[in-house]
Amino acid sequence: MARVVVDVMPKPEILDPQGKAVLGALPRLGFSGVTDVRQGKRFELEIAGEVTAEVLAEVEKMAETLLSNPVIENFAVHVEDDVTPAAGSPA
Amino acid sequence: MKIGVVTFPGSLDDVDAARAVGLGGQEAVALWHGDHDLRGVDAVVLPGGFSYGDYLRCGAISRFSPVMTEVIEAATKGMPVLGICNGFQILCESHLLPGALIRNDHRKFVCRDQRLRIENNRTAWTSAYAEGQEITVVLKNGEGGYVADEPTLDRLEGEGQVLARYLDLNPNGSARDIAGVTNERGNVVGLMPHPEHSVEELTGSGTDGLGFFTSLVESAFA
Repeated sequence: MARVVVDVMPKPEILDPQGKAVLGALPRLGFSGVTDVRQGKRFELEIAGEVTAEVLAEVEKMAETLLSNPVIENFAVHVEDDVTPAAGSPA
Repeated sequence: MKIGVVTFPGSLDDVDAARAVGLGGQEAVALWHGDHDLRGVDAVVLPGGFSYGDYLRCGAISRFSPVMTEVIEAATKGMPVLGICNGFQILCESHLLPGALIRNDHRKFVCRDQRLRIENNRTAWTSAYAEGQEITVVLKNGEGGYVADEPTLDRLEGEGQVLARYLDLNPNGSARDIAGVTNERGNVVGLMPHPEHSVEELTGSGTDGLGFFTSLVESAFA
C-alpha cells in the first residue's frame, strides 16, 4: 500500500472567502501575527501496489479532471512514505 | 417543444423550472440524473439546488452524471441548454461555459429580488427580451461569485457573451457584475439568478423571468 497526496489550493488571484473568515477569527481567539490565510483541500489516495510513473500520471489526470477545477485552483501531487499507521494512532 | 428538466439528488428548483416551462407554453419532460438518454427533448434546463450536496465543488460531481454526458454531447451539437444557479455551476464545471463560481465575497447566503440588465438578447433563451431591458427576478445563492481570468473576461465582453449584469448592487462579488454568460454559439446559457421563480403574479417578484421560457418558441418562429 502506498499513499499519494493531492493538495488543491485556490489560485493566488482568486478570492478565498473561507481563508478570509479564518483570518478574521484568529485575532478574536488571541492569536496574532498571521497576515494571511488561504484554505485548500488535501486528498489522500490509497493506492494498491507500487506507485509507478504511470500511477502518478494517472493521479495527475484525476487531479485535473475531478479533484481540482483548473479555472480556479492549482494542485500538487506527492507520494507519502511510511503509511502503515498503527490502529488508534493519530493520522 | 419538449424541454427536459433534470433532477439531480439535491436539486431544489426542478419543480418550479418545470412549472415555468409549462407557463411558457411548452411541455416539460422530467429527466433523471441517471438517465442515459434525453427522451427526445428539444432543449434542457439544469435547475438550481445543491446537487450531490455540493460535495467537492458545486457541480463537480453532477458534471459526471450519466445524463450530463448526454447533455454535453447535445449541447456541443447546438441543443439549447439553460443552467440556473447550480445549473450554471454545472455548466462551468462541464466546460460548456467559461469561468467558475466561487463563494460570495461577503461569505453570506444572499436572497433578494435582484434587478438585472439583459446584455445579450440573441441567445436561444433571451430572445424574448429587448437588448438592454431591465428586469427583476429572484436571486438566492451562497456560491454565486462569477470569476474568470482577465483575458477571458475581456473576450466575453468583446464577443457579447455577457448575458446579463447585476444592477444597483453586486450581490456576490461577481467579476464585472456578471450575472450570466453564454457560449459563443448562444445555445448554452448560465444564469445565477432564478427566472423560474419570477413567472407568476401570485408569488415572487413579478413575471419578468417568463421571457427565459418563452424565448425558445419565439426564436423557433423568428
